[in-house]
Amino acid sequence: MKLHSHIPPGPLAQKWDHHRLTSGLISPANRRKFRIIVVGTGLAGTSAAATLAEQGYQVSAFCIQDSPRRAHSISAQGGINAAKNYPNDGDSVLRLFQDTIKGGDFRAREANVYRLAQISNGIIDQCVAQGVPFAREYGGTLANRSFGGSQVSRTFYARGQTGQQLLLGAYGALSRQIKAGRVTMLPRREMLELVVIDGCARGIVTRNLINGDLENHPADAVILATGGYGNAYFLSTNASSNATAILRAWKAGAGFANPCFVQIHPTCIPAQGTYQSKLTLMSESLRNDGRVWIPKIVGDRRDPTAIPENERDYYLEEKYPRFGNLVPRDVASRNAKEQCDAGRGVGETGHAVYLDFSSAIERDGAAVILKKYSNLFQMYQRITTSDPLQRPMLIAPAVHYTMGGLWVDYNLMTTIPGLFAIGECNFSDHGANRLGASALMQGLADGYFIIGTSIAHYLSANPPGYVTPQHVEFLEAQKNAYDRTQRLLRNNSRITGKKTTVTTMHRELGSLLWHHCGMSRNRAGLEQALTRIPELREAFWDQVCVPGIGHELNQSLERAGRVADFIDCAEIMLHDALAREESCGCHLREESQTEEHEARRDDAHYAHVSVWEYKGEDKPPMMHKEPLLFKDVNLSQRSYT
Amino acid sequence: MQTIDLTLQIWRQKNSDAPGDFETYTLNDISTDMSFLEMLDFLNENLTLQGQEPVAFDHDCREGICGMCGAMVNGIAHGPEPETTLCQLHMRHFSSGDTLVIEPFRSRAFPVKRDLVIDRSALDRIIQAGGYISVNTGGAPDANTIAIPSRTAELAMDAAACIGCGACVASCPNGAAMLFTGAKISQLSLLPQGQPERKERAMAMVMAMDKEGFGNCSNERECEAVCPKAISIRHIARMNREYLRASFSEE
Repeated sequence: MKLHSHIPPGPLAQKWDHHRLTSGLISPANRRKFRIIVVGTGLAGTSAAATLAEQGYQVSAFCIQDSPRRAHSISAQGGINAAKNYPNDGDSVLRLFQDTIKGGDFRAREANVYRLAQISNGIIDQCVAQGVPFAREYGGTLANRSFGGSQVSRTFYARGQTGQQLLLGAYGALSRQIKAGRVTMLPRREMLELVVIDGCARGIVTRNLINGDLENHPADAVILATGGYGNAYFLSTNASSNATAILRAWKAGAGFANPCFVQIHPTCIPAQGTYQSKLTLMSESLRNDGRVWIPKIVGDRRDPTAIPENERDYYLEEKYPRFGNLVPRDVASRNAKEQCDAGRGVGETGHAVYLDFSSAIERDGAAVILKKYSNLFQMYQRITTSDPLQRPMLIAPAVHYTMGGLWVDYNLMTTIPGLFAIGECNFSDHGANRLGASALMQGLADGYFIIGTSIAHYLSANPPGYVTPQHVEFLEAQKNAYDRTQRLLRNNSRITGKKTTVTTMHRELGSLLWHHCGMSRNRAGLEQALTRIPELREAFWDQVCVPGIGHELNQSLERAGRVADFIDCAEIMLHDALAREESCGCHLREESQTEEHEARRDDAHYAHVSVWEYKGEDKPPMMHKEPLLFKDVNLSQRSYT
Repeated sequence: MQTIDLTLQIWRQKNSDAPGDFETYTLNDISTDMSFLEMLDFLNENLTLQGQEPVAFDHDCREGICGMCGAMVNGIAHGPEPETTLCQLHMRHFSSGDTLVIEPFRSRAFPVKRDLVIDRSALDRIIQAGGYISVNTGGAPDANTIAIPSRTAELAMDAAACIGCGACVASCPNGAAMLFTGAKISQLSLLPQGQPERKERAMAMVMAMDKEGFGNCSNERECEAVCPKAISIRHIARMNREYLRASFSEE
């Protein structure tokens, strides 16, 4: 596996310009001769499909939901960053770049992150032009708020529903192209195979989730926009996003970069019982006005409102006076875990801390606070029956985002020519920790503004119409998909000693990952978890019962396939976590800490992207390294104190 | 942990062509902290272990924002709690011994695909008819070029909050999609960016709505009552004004 990042030459600020100038083009009249597949219709996929169709390509877009308006980007609450500097508080492209690189704990590529910061402003312009109803000041200009890891207000928002509004904006653009006949929209389809012919991605095999048909889709290029793999943990804030598409790509030869980089979000509603199917995020924006605390006295079981001010430990404000409650997510999560591990947590399970709005309500009045957060407060009250206006919220860390993903070069192309990965499913911009309000920015930057250049460049050297759906590789891929489906269904008729459900296996996998590959990791735990994976895999294939048949709408079958892939995905995550013997970003490697128990990054040995190559079933994956070179930022230990 | 026992009557239908019917299940030890969908997960786990086929139902975000889930619970879309999607409805709102009748959203325009899963692509086609501002990527003016009064932006946001779940259609005696369509027309007609296509949009979307077989509004207000995002029927009134305005000024 060769890793050419294709970072353009020249000064950082001119790389993107230079790249666009030197990239190949396809003339407008010729674009319609090419078909491009986009898998996934979240922010990245939808914006890419719409934009490429506008440029004149033929696009086929796929999603597992019933409509391209449902993907999990829609749940993003807080906002989207841009370096507009409308509040005149000292922001700039350079500052957004630096904050993002530093927030990612210096494990992302400088050139990619700088481009992201450069593009950020155009995204806001584009979305406003589409009619996205961002929050506004009384004078009619756009309003901003702040997010963790920055000291400026650069986050644009639409109440607590920013992701929804941005996705619906992109969905509108996509709908226009569907109407125009340039996008063929194929909802309720799941990608089961990637087809690689003569070394290039040439299409996919999907399962029609309504009738179970396996369908061949040839194309001139394939773009994956299938989101993250956080659901490997079973409990996460993610919806149905899964690792199936990226696992297929990995097994077909794409490198998987930094699989162990997983973000644990500090402010989620704590888990309540074993039946719980997912965790609900409470936006980071709440930390603008909410104060995190725990009782000073260990085991203080009084109602939080009965605990006087001087008996509360506002540990974030105390420890990090400059950033206070708005430290980056990894810092907030790790501190919450530390407090809870020390027995100082609150709530039924002792795994939560308080997020208190009483000071803000006293200062601004309940009406002002509600205007900013009403939908979040309602959501919290609906789930917990407790009113955040009256009593502090109980919050706990939960798996939220995966910074790792398919390795891509500066063009967002994977190690398989013609296969691109955009949005959360690539690894490109967030290093070892993503700052709040940056996921929406990256998804839309990739889809609206970057992928068009990359696709034209790739296609300019690859003539259109290379394969047909009857190509032998397609037939082979379809057979693989069919065999796999049948294998998942075999326990339906087979008598096995022990019968279990997909959910039970998934829960077990999740618990293994959470305990050994969560916020804090150590060699012994990771090695132990790695020995458990083959056992889990065997148990899964041997015992899991999937009711129904393949040729019908069968949600048990869909879930079973995804969990089988999560098991494989977990194995790569564990290998990667074991190999990275440093603390950085979202995770603490227990062997690598300072005397004060702060995370210690090890730039001498780990300033690289670890890229894993599939070597076959029953063989351990092989790691390659892409060294990270920093010329425009100083590698410093992060300090938010 | 508090638990309840329920009798569930659930619509089972193999596919679009097969006839469907209600089946009765007894489900015990349901935690009151479960969401409605988690209760269905729990039922499905039990059915799977008993060798029966689980109930198919659509769901995605389970946070009340994606609009994928939804069913009629005792005749009410998304169940008895106001401004709540099925995934955000908690079992604490029911009592032990209750019988719940659970069936898919019903409308001529929403064919049942299996059990509680329906096809709502008719709503997508209404949006495709004109529920957007025709602007290509790139070349947009600076975002602050046009000032929009905060109140206008908030009104547009009220309409834009629609999650496209289809509860309005399922609750309307006429099977109308006017709240859904009105919300999008309203959002875009309020914003300055939506002005150039204002008339064409209203005409095209209303026409698409009729073509899909949705009914008309007769001011029953059932849609507003079940809307998980509390979208007001004022948006239907605005849609009607937009449509009239467009038809009178058509060339």
